[in-house]
Amino acid sequence: MSVGPVLEKCRAENRAALIGYLPVGFPSVEGSIAAMAVLVESGVDVVEIGVPYSDPVMDGPVIQDAAVRALAGGVRLKDIFTAAREVSGAGAGALVMTYWNPVLRYGVERFAADLVAAGGAGLITPDLIPDEAGEWISAADAHDLDKVFLVAPSSTPERLEAVTSQCRGFVYATAVMGVTGARASVGEAADALVSRTREHTDLPVCVGIGVSTGDQAAEVGRFADGVIVGSALVRCLTEADSEEQGLKALGALARELADGVRRSRS
Amino acid sequence: MTTTSNVPAYGRFGGFGGRYVPEALIPALEQLEEVWRKAVVDPEFVGELERLQRTYTGRPSIITEVPRFAEHCGGARVILKREDLNHTGSHKINNVLGQALLTRRMGKTRVIAETGAGQHGVATATAAALLGLECVIYMGRKDTERQALNVARMRLLGAEVVAVDHGSKTLKDAVNEAFRDWVANVGTTHYVLGTVTGPHPFPEMVRDFHRVIGVEARQQVLDLVGRLPDAVLACVGGGSNAMGIFHRFIDDGSVRLIGLEAGGEGVESGKHAARFSAGIPGVLHGAFTYVMQDEDGQTVESHSVSAGLDYPSVGPEHAHLLESGRAEYRAVTDVEAMEAFSLLSRTEGILPAIESAHALAGAMQVGRELGRDAVLLVNLSGRGDKDVHTAAEWFGLIGGDGSARLPDDDGAKGLGVQQ
Repeated sequence: MSVGPVLEKCRAENRAALIGYLPVGFPSVEGSIAAMAVLVESGVDVVEIGVPYSDPVMDGPVIQDAAVRALAGGVRLKDIFTAAREVSGAGAGALVMTYWNPVLRYGVERFAADLVAAGGAGLITPDLIPDEAGEWISAADAHDLDKVFLVAPSSTPERLEAVTSQCRGFVYATAVMGVTGARASVGEAADALVSRTREHTDLPVCVGIGVSTGDQAAEVGRFADGVIVGSALVRCLTEADSEEQGLKALGALARELADGVRRSRS
Repeated sequence: MTTTSNVPAYGRFGGFGGRYVPEALIPALEQLEEVWRKAVVDPEFVGELERLQRTYTGRPSIITEVPRFAEHCGGARVILKREDLNHTGSHKINNVLGQALLTRRMGKTRVIAETGAGQHGVATATAAALLGLECVIYMGRKDTERQALNVARMRLLGAEVVAVDHGSKTLKDAVNEAFRDWVANVGTTHYVLGTVTGPHPFPEMVRDFHRVIGVEARQQVLDLVGRLPDAVLACVGGGSNAMGIFHRFIDDGSVRLIGLEAGGEGVESGKHAARFSAGIPGVLHGAFTYVMQDEDGQTVESHSVSAGLDYPSVGPEHAHLLESGRAEYRAVTDVEAMEAFSLLSRTEGILPAIESAHALAGAMQVGRELGRDAVLLVNLSGRGDKDVHTAAEWFGLIGGDGSARLPDDDGAKGLGVQQ
């Protein structure tokens, strides 16, 4: 099921959606699914279920570290279907975020079919641009899945048009040039990118990369349709002394962020 | 397995290649392609590059016939293309000078590069020094340890060397880190990718900057022996020296093109970098090509005595040459490569890079198959100065503390006999 209705509901509440990323398999498959459940309970609207990958060129140290540990722990690609089932069962949107090769290896059509069967909404593809995505676009359309492609501050008007015209669900705006990771300032570049993107699409535009506090979520929520948080959430788990503590810290941060998106336009 | 029938042909070799990178990099790749395509038809750029090749690199590089080595190749005639004699000691300078000039044309002031053995890093640091560009080289921690002298060379040339501690701590992880840097600094920085892989236009552009190798060698062989060679052999890591020497011969149907991959401890051992023996098509570092991967699409770590061939993927044009049947690829083990390394050193007085020694080992095989009438052209892509430490350890010439070990010392091994 598309995340479109979830984002529409948030829009009707006059607030940005909160989108939270966690990799499946860290600290364990069960532990990561429990953590995703905590996100949903704490007010996250859409969960980005991350696929740990051996060569994550778009990720900073926090997510790289979690991916390495998840892979060392034996996480398998099929575990994301279990996670998608749990997340969608809990009432949140379940989007899978993955580098392209695992999907290619699994088989694009087979992946799409299995994702639908698990209740997944679609894919966010950080290293797959629409120009190279013919096979995925066909499979996604056939299976009624969301296709979330990325735009960046460097995107030209021609690229914004080409990318947004192929998106479904929302458009993922990477707020700053660089890899994932919390940043002190999420700034004006994001606002400008969202405005430029809106000139080409009526889809929701969600902003990712860098948000780590409720105040930042509120700031971004003023102009974006969704606030995407990754590294800050992952760090709650990677830096915790125990799983229990990690979940506690995760819940607290998710609630702070959820509060942020709810007060941003009031 | 994916089908490639419905992907656009743009930037592809058959079904291989493409541009699998974050959107943030697409404008930079578009700019690079535009500036490159204009430059190669601009007499000013072409003239400058030719001048540098002649007065700085030392082109044309010579060919050398090696009859004493050829006795170990079934008596076939063996001719080496001496890219080892280029300034900085390998073919890598051909590509780097081209890209450094493009960097200047794009108005960028900083270059970054990945390196495995250090040859590409040294070449990039050299070009950066020559053109006054800021330079950062990413190198896997494991490679900084086995190629310590090249780290020092790069730093002496004014480059910053960053040791990469992620993943397997080798070349593929250095590439990852270079991409991360590039995404963050693309406004001022050009990524001087060192081989014929990565997102379009790199595979085609890097090949074209190396194409001079085959253009020169083809004429030189014709002048020397009066006919084309029966086979052209080159080692294949990413595959730049091989594409450089192969490309001019692609239309010469009688000439076999043979790429030699790193067989490590043997393909059956699992510890190797024989992508065409054990890899399957997939995406790594921006290109759809052969990748060593597990059933979940996770990259499998490669292994080789040669840091420059220790890479789990390969340039997409090689994948196309394999699938189209125009080129053939074989795996050469560490042991075979080191035997060839020793043989060339002792029979001809030429210390080859361990990478290039894989091509020499291939010549020993192919020469024995073809016999005395055959003419083999081998790309000697680099010199072995950087490998003296590795080779000395391999042959037991130094002890664990780095001190010399002479023949009557305990544990010393004879040269020319593999471990």
